[in-house]
Amino acid sequence: MHIPIETHRLENGLFVTLSEDHTAPIVAVNLWYHVGSANERAGRTGFAHLFEHMLFQGSAHVGANEHFELIQRAGGTLNGSTWLDRTNYFETVPSNQLAIALWLEADRMGHLLPAMTQQNLDTQRDVVKNERRWSVDNQPYGTWWEKLPALAFPSEHPFHHSLIGSMEDLSAASLEDVAGFFRTFYTPDNAVLSIAGDFDPAEARALVARYFGPIPRGDARPPLPPMDVPPRFGTTLRAVVEDDVMLPRLFLAFRSPPFGTREYYAASVCSAVLGLRKGSRLHRALVRERQVAAEAHAFTFDLTKGSDLLVIDATARPEVDAEALERAVVEEVDRLMAHGVTPEEVDRAIALIQTELVAAMQSAGDRADKLSMFATYFGEPRLVNGQLDRYREVSAARVNALARERLGPDNRAFLSYVPRQGTPGELELAGSAETVE
Amino acid sequence: MSASSVGQATRPSAGPPREYRFPRFERRVLDNGLTLIVAPVTKLPLATVVMVIDAGATADPIGGEGIAMLTAQLLAEGTARITSGTELTERFERLGAAIEAQATWDAASVRMTVMTDRLDAALPLFAEVVTTPTFPAREVGRLRAERLAELLQQRAEPRGLADEMFERFTYDPTSRYARPDGGGDASVRAITRDDIAGFHERRYRPGGATLIVAGDVRIGEIEQLAAASFGTWTGERPSVALTSDAPARGARAVHLVAKEDAPQSELRIGHPGVPRSHPDYFGIVVMNAVLGGLFSSRINLNLREVHGYTYGAFSEFDWRRPGPFVVSTAVKSDVTEPAAREVLREIDRIRDEEIGDAERSLATSYLDGVFPIRYETTAAIASALASLVVYSLPDDYFDTYRAKIRAVTGADVLDAARTHLRPEALQIVVVGDPRVVEEPLGQLGAGPVTVYDATGVEPAADRRSK
Repeated sequence: MHIPIETHRLENGLFVTLSEDHTAPIVAVNLWYHVGSANERAGRTGFAHLFEHMLFQGSAHVGANEHFELIQRAGGTLNGSTWLDRTNYFETVPSNQLAIALWLEADRMGHLLPAMTQQNLDTQRDVVKNERRWSVDNQPYGTWWEKLPALAFPSEHPFHHSLIGSMEDLSAASLEDVAGFFRTFYTPDNAVLSIAGDFDPAEARALVARYFGPIPRGDARPPLPPMDVPPRFGTTLRAVVEDDVMLPRLFLAFRSPPFGTREYYAASVCSAVLGLRKGSRLHRALVRERQVAAEAHAFTFDLTKGSDLLVIDATARPEVDAEALERAVVEEVDRLMAHGVTPEEVDRAIALIQTELVAAMQSAGDRADKLSMFATYFGEPRLVNGQLDRYREVSAARVNALARERLGPDNRAFLSYVPRQGTPGELELAGSAETVE
Repeated sequence: MSASSVGQATRPSAGPPREYRFPRFERRVLDNGLTLIVAPVTKLPLATVVMVIDAGATADPIGGEGIAMLTAQLLAEGTARITSGTELTERFERLGAAIEAQATWDAASVRMTVMTDRLDAALPLFAEVVTTPTFPAREVGRLRAERLAELLQQRAEPRGLADEMFERFTYDPTSRYARPDGGGDASVRAITRDDIAGFHERRYRPGGATLIVAGDVRIGEIEQLAAASFGTWTGERPSVALTSDAPARGARAVHLVAKEDAPQSELRIGHPGVPRSHPDYFGIVVMNAVLGGLFSSRINLNLREVHGYTYGAFSEFDWRRPGPFVVSTAVKSDVTEPAAREVLREIDRIRDEEIGDAERSLATSYLDGVFPIRYETTAAIASALASLVVYSLPDDYFDTYRAKIRAVTGADVLDAARTHLRPEALQIVVVGDPRVVEEPLGQLGAGPVTVYDATGVEPAADRRSK
């Protein structure tokens, strides 16, 4: 599989990638800004994400929420998302609607601030606080999102603090913060624009030049604090969280090679051998054979700066306590380190990954997002075409070397969720259900 | 405004639309009665295979709720030829295929997506799973225990709990819909291996099954492969399983499921709806888009963008045979009553007066334009074809969809709202903190408030009155 890619850069620094595919009259527009929660200053956790919400509150020529309405009226889908080190905005529209999608993105990149009002900020602050309640505070294990990075990165590290932010910091965010963040980070030279699908390249280039060309380059964005961390924690880290949950769940994280490095691919295959789907080691041993876990998975965060994290998560069966769950997980990790993985296990992992990589290239939106990702992180969207080859180069020996280096007790962070004292347990449940009314 | 933004001030208009057609598909019936639907899609070397079988949760016997779901999940845990579930799983996964089997209310489905050069090896395995599962006793016990763990987890998971409690309080206890599609604690505990094997024998039959393949394939090759893989499977179509969707009660009522100290309330407001095959389908779809189906819908803009009560609020008609109408949102605890009031107000409002052209055209042009975007993947195309089968939609359904959406008028929307939204029958289900929300909900004017614990059992009056 090889998708066609061409690139150019506007004079204001905007990097543009184009990928044609005329199989359906659909085109995707995708913008990555190289800014995320890592760029927040002290006392403003959650701001990058709150700011993402503000980008839907209108711009000089667009009313509040009109962005949504115009794209939906055009027959398109849209959204945005915020991550530790990037924020993306995207639309998929019928191909005859490419111009409106580009115009809307350019209007908010070039002319956001005239539309920003205190009332809109206050409303979006409430919306985001409700997003936090919904996805973190009122969701079993929902705090793992902020507790795991907090455990795995030192307190001064840009990945340490919460992406969704604290209620206090969200309350403190002001219109001046919005203006400062916009001027510093939402500039064409800090962004990548990708267009994928059914378009005419000459026409697309002309539209991009027309709408984005006049937007001035930014002052150089401030550098991030140092991101490098040692390859291992140097010790075993632990945190225990009492939560409103019924069953213990363990998150076990290891520092692992950053996304894009040669050794990342060995780590990714290692995580797949351990915990990708039901043929993986953890599922087989803990869920199927020993029946100590109700579910078990492993994955990588795919961070590109400083260190990635390889994470195992496993949820106990009702009669199994947190200690027994942890012992069983650690036994599997130790076994993998001591005896290694087999070529057959590597083949299984890469076969599954191959299907996922190809399937992810089906939609224009996913294609455009991948192009933006590789362009933002590595300056080269064509890397998307080489992913499968990099996986195919991974051997059992390389996975084993990675495991020996990274899975030991000096590189383990245990984040353990246990039912809060007083949470109704199984005894109270037994015999109660299905006797309603 | 700067000089550079003058060009920016002119909004671009759309160019001429390019034609789109839903992928062509062909139908064949094999000698044993198995229907085959193949949709060639040549974009990438992938194929999605979906088998839909008339063996959904509505076919569960009374007292045996959960059998349909467990049967589907147990298909890939051992077959006559490959007795080990471990080995079976590995065989699929070494082909890059992960097999997923589950039961919805109306059908069981088994699906996989695979690179086309591995389809010849994967499809015979897929056929074994559907036709010759052995349901090893150990795996029956394990998956039963996993379902019980899931039910236990749900007691502390407000979203899933609210969904389940909404159906429990909306449908009459004799309706299958009043109990979870995967079964409840008591019924799941009682399920035996014989129940599973018997259900498979009765309902997994080629006469009641359709094999759908969407991807970079040709019908002739698939027909040969399917005939070779499924040829020995036999059985007539079983009777269609229907359940009553009688309501639990005729009047509005508020059901508060207690989650102490919850920072948010999960709200579900709705009533029994209409079947997927209803002739008013298109009017209802457009009406629902305006009411709560789109981001720019009345309910979402009101609750989220005007009031900041929530991260999001939406409404849906759950299209099955038949499913409920329900509005879903999660709101900050102390605005639970005003949020519910706004939802009730919006349901009244869309029944009171005809929507304007701008609102109608937003919904119709969205549904019309987004149509091709819904079918970009082989998995989405196969799922769409599966719904065609399960709900007996006509073969030109996808080719006529967009014109039918465009034809919906404001009068159709008003008619759909007045016919299919029944304010007097709404059930209001809240999973939230009774200390904060119980008293205000009593002021809602939507009927009496009853407080339940997380199992849906009404606690003693003394515990309620604290």
